[in-house]
Amino acid sequence: MEAFGLLLHGFAVLLTWKTLLLMMVGLVLGIFVGVLPGLGGPNGVAILLPLTFTMDPTSAIVMLSCIYWGALFGGAITSILFNIPGEAWSVATTFDGYPMAQQGKAAEALTAAFTSSFIGSLVAVLLITFLAPLISSFALKFGPPEFFAVYLLTFCSFVGLGREEKHKTVISMSLGLLLAGVGMDTVSGQLRMTFGSGELLRGINFLVAVIGLFGISEILLTMEERLALRGHAASISLRVVLSVWKDLPKYWVTLLRSSFIGCWLGITPGGAIAASFMGYNLAKRFSKDPESFGTGRIEGVFAPETAAHASGTSALLPMLALGIPGSGTAAILLGGLMVWGLNPGPLLFVEHKDFVWGLIASMYLGNIVGLVLVLTTVPVFASILRVPFAAVAPMIVVSCAIGAYAIQNAIFDIWLMLGFGVVGYVFKKIKIPLAPFTLALVLGNRAEDAFRLSMIGSGGDMTVFWSNGLVGSITTLAILLLFWPVIDKAFGSLGRLWRPANA
Amino acid sequence: MPNDNALAHPMSDSELEIVVDDPTAPEADSPAVTDVRVVDVTISLLLALLAATLGYDNWRTGIGWDSTGPQAGYFPFYLSVILAGASLYGVAVALLSRKEAAESFVTRAQLRRVMAVFVPTLLFCLVTQFLGLYVASFLLISAFMRMVGRIALWKSLLTAFVFTAAMFVTFDIAFDVIMPKGPLEAAFGY
Repeated sequence: MEAFGLLLHGFAVLLTWKTLLLMMVGLVLGIFVGVLPGLGGPNGVAILLPLTFTMDPTSAIVMLSCIYWGALFGGAITSILFNIPGEAWSVATTFDGYPMAQQGKAAEALTAAFTSSFIGSLVAVLLITFLAPLISSFALKFGPPEFFAVYLLTFCSFVGLGREEKHKTVISMSLGLLLAGVGMDTVSGQLRMTFGSGELLRGINFLVAVIGLFGISEILLTMEERLALRGHAASISLRVVLSVWKDLPKYWVTLLRSSFIGCWLGITPGGAIAASFMGYNLAKRFSKDPESFGTGRIEGVFAPETAAHASGTSALLPMLALGIPGSGTAAILLGGLMVWGLNPGPLLFVEHKDFVWGLIASMYLGNIVGLVLVLTTVPVFASILRVPFAAVAPMIVVSCAIGAYAIQNAIFDIWLMLGFGVVGYVFKKIKIPLAPFTLALVLGNRAEDAFRLSMIGSGGDMTVFWSNGLVGSITTLAILLLFWPVIDKAFGSLGRLWRPANA
Repeated sequence: MPNDNALAHPMSDSELEIVVDDPTAPEADSPAVTDVRVVDVTISLLLALLAATLGYDNWRTGIGWDSTGPQAGYFPFYLSVILAGASLYGVAVALLSRKEAAESFVTRAQLRRVMAVFVPTLLFCLVTQFLGLYVASFLLISAFMRMVGRIALWKSLLTAFVFTAAMFVTFDIAFDVIMPKGPLEAAFGY
């Protein structure tokens, strides 16, 4: 119940005109970002981050997280109306959403998408409200070895559970960790990997890399496609909204299942994309009439949207409680925390109560305001798509450059951004995943510090990572996850050996 | 065509149709410039080279242990070893992969379009360095809209001006985030 009181306090922090205004601005910008091709959620947050540099941390995070909610809402609009997923996590929404729009039921599909998004986030926020304080108070007992073990667990689970080729995940992650080490070493003050360059002395800024990797590279990729589109922008009447909501209780199993999948995949590094597909596929499998999926069933919109939003929201749980982001966007928000001078991790709940509970309260409020906003303004946002990409692309480039420059006031960073843009373009095409790189770059220094502090504490003895039950089990779990594909295969073949003998 | 649809499904008056054309879209039958395997091998080799360079630098910094624990080069050195190992493994996998050899990395028409964004962006960065961000932004947007999007000149110039001015007001004036400036801004006293 302590959480409840603190949450009310959080609402009190938020309910000022200034914060509410920032929230609306954030949501509108976010929907923009979600609707436009070539601008993703992580990228939108990264580009708009400089706007918040002069704000106080609470206003800043409220605005940024609202951009994120807006982007999650916005992705559904283009999927349903134009069969163009604005975001990768909206791909599954097109399967049934677009057929519905073609049958003249666009308003129903959009209402279903927005409502289920809202439900998904709500479940995830409830989880955060009650779980995050518990985890963080538990994590307060962590020393450097425990923290290093948790970082190790994060990295290993990416390699072991990711669907990309393993060596490509390892390449992406080790490159990120290496680039995080460029510049002045925080422990000894020595220069590393700068090759005498004054520009590299500052190190490679995480946000600059993200803007290049997700912003510039996305534009290069988008230009490869044919960018013509045709569709209808439907407005949503109150009657439609109410009729969809009336049917909502019929689908409670799907909604609950998708929320659960989303929360789980959001906390572990699976992400919203995997969650949306899994939500859709499971809804189809458990349906009495699986054949009808893909022909415009409203359930086929509910399932992926709920999962994607639950996952996108719950990705913030490990970031708040442990300082470990569960998604690319959470990693950027974490980068933001550092810019505003906050130290992410379990201490956040103790030292910056206003900030944390303001953020959690903004998740509730932002989703409610967002739902109302998208339901009432769909045609306006859909008509943004009339703006030709040839006008949008250079504006995105300029915004990226502004974002990259503003972080450290360095022209060099604009060039770095361009370089990362090319790297991102090539990596995406040869299927080297970018999420592990992002995560490694933002966590690299902290992981290294945790490792060195544990080594100093133990006098160079590696067994410190098994020195007590807690750290030992985390480290062991990490190593198990790293070799999970091998273990899985070994058990599979053991099982096959066993069964004929039994029969 | 859209009329048939409207007849079959009566829609409300607030319905608006959205049609966007892409005059310079890449042709679908354009020949591939190179396949994925060639790029994969090249990138893996470059990464291995990078790993060797960084590894050497860290080895010079010191990869051993001293009284304060691991030296500054210890952690990154072993990461370079991992990166080098994974990249070399990647070279081997890619060389053996039939699937990647059959996949097109980029077609000639696609490359032309990608270059149509990349080259202006490169020039934009260069111009930013000398004339400041806002002038570069105006030039980039107007030229790109006119040349790539084939949009009317007055529309291109107006959009570029309005967007650049809005950025200037938002960042430099309202939010105090100062952008690099050149002689033009200096002439106006900024």
